[in-house]
Amino acid sequence: MSVLKIPVSSEDHRQGADDAAVTLVEYGDFECPFCRMAYPVVKRIQKHFGEQLRFVFRYFPLREMHPNAQAAAETAEFAGAHGKFWEMHDLLFENQERLGGALFLELAGKLELSAPELTQALEDGHYNARVRADFSSGVRSGVNGTPTFFINGLRHDGPGEFPELLLVIDEAAERAHHSAAD
Amino acid sequence: MSDTQGTEVTGLLAPGTKAPEFRLQFAPHETFSLSELRGKAVILAFYPADWSPTCGDQIGLYNEVLPEFEKLGAELLGISVDGPWCHKAFAEARHLHFRLLADFEPKGAVAREYGVYRGADGISERALFVIDKEGIITWSYLSPIRVNPGADGILEALEKLPK
Repeated sequence: MSVLKIPVSSEDHRQGADDAAVTLVEYGDFECPFCRMAYPVVKRIQKHFGEQLRFVFRYFPLREMHPNAQAAAETAEFAGAHGKFWEMHDLLFENQERLGGALFLELAGKLELSAPELTQALEDGHYNARVRADFSSGVRSGVNGTPTFFINGLRHDGPGEFPELLLVIDEAAERAHHSAAD
Repeated sequence: MSDTQGTEVTGLLAPGTKAPEFRLQFAPHETFSLSELRGKAVILAFYPADWSPTCGDQIGLYNEVLPEFEKLGAELLGISVDGPWCHKAFAEARHLHFRLLADFEPKGAVAREYGVYRGADGISERALFVIDKEGIITWSYLSPIRVNPGADGILEALEKLPK
């Protein structure tokens, strides 16, 4: 079974407590329709598990297949540098059908970030290395498409629908509680 | 991906074996032989068919990982029983930046030599080989046919090659 080779760290985009019983890592691509479908599922999962769950998003843009995926990831990273990663993450998925330069600037404006600064960062490839590092860590961990989920470090190979994720996260939480009690 | 996940097939050429030489078309009227890459590590990725969804993911993934393969000094070759015109259309549609070889006539001959031909289906298995610069197989892996084997196993095998 494939395992997450690069552990979650303070470098990652995280939602939820760092000592949560379960960490769900998603390798995703903002232009991937399956990631778009997974987006509300993850929200429901987060709501369901509350404080028990920490969610981490890592970039896995398939650049040749999805021409806007890399720039979208860099836009999210730009927002992250200004403390607004999750807001941008959500907006990118919610507006996936309009992904592209104009949308990136519009969303920056919406989040009160500087559009010229974003343009410059995209032109300079300022966040390129960070996005590629995520991609590379995903490849090493056996990510073979998007979205790929890891639950407490183990790749989830089943369907990414709500009931399946619920079940495996429940099991992982159970195991975590048992080992904490040992 | 781990080595225990794939199905064991008696025929799959094992590490230590000399990689059988071949000469195949990779584009209409252009042929390529394995020995042209002697002195370089080679990744040979057998896959069942152009256009089928899982292959698309696998081939698409390798296309993205290409810079990492190159950094490790390796060249990737895709190989299936599809003809060169089919490969050409597929490579253009997916913006592929590596060669797809046509194991087309006689059909599957190279796949047979590597022990990865599925006679009943008339296609090759989904199988991976890493070949060192002397032309010796150092790693091979047979994936369940519907499962995209990812690239982690290849990268690990490439890293184990002597520099």
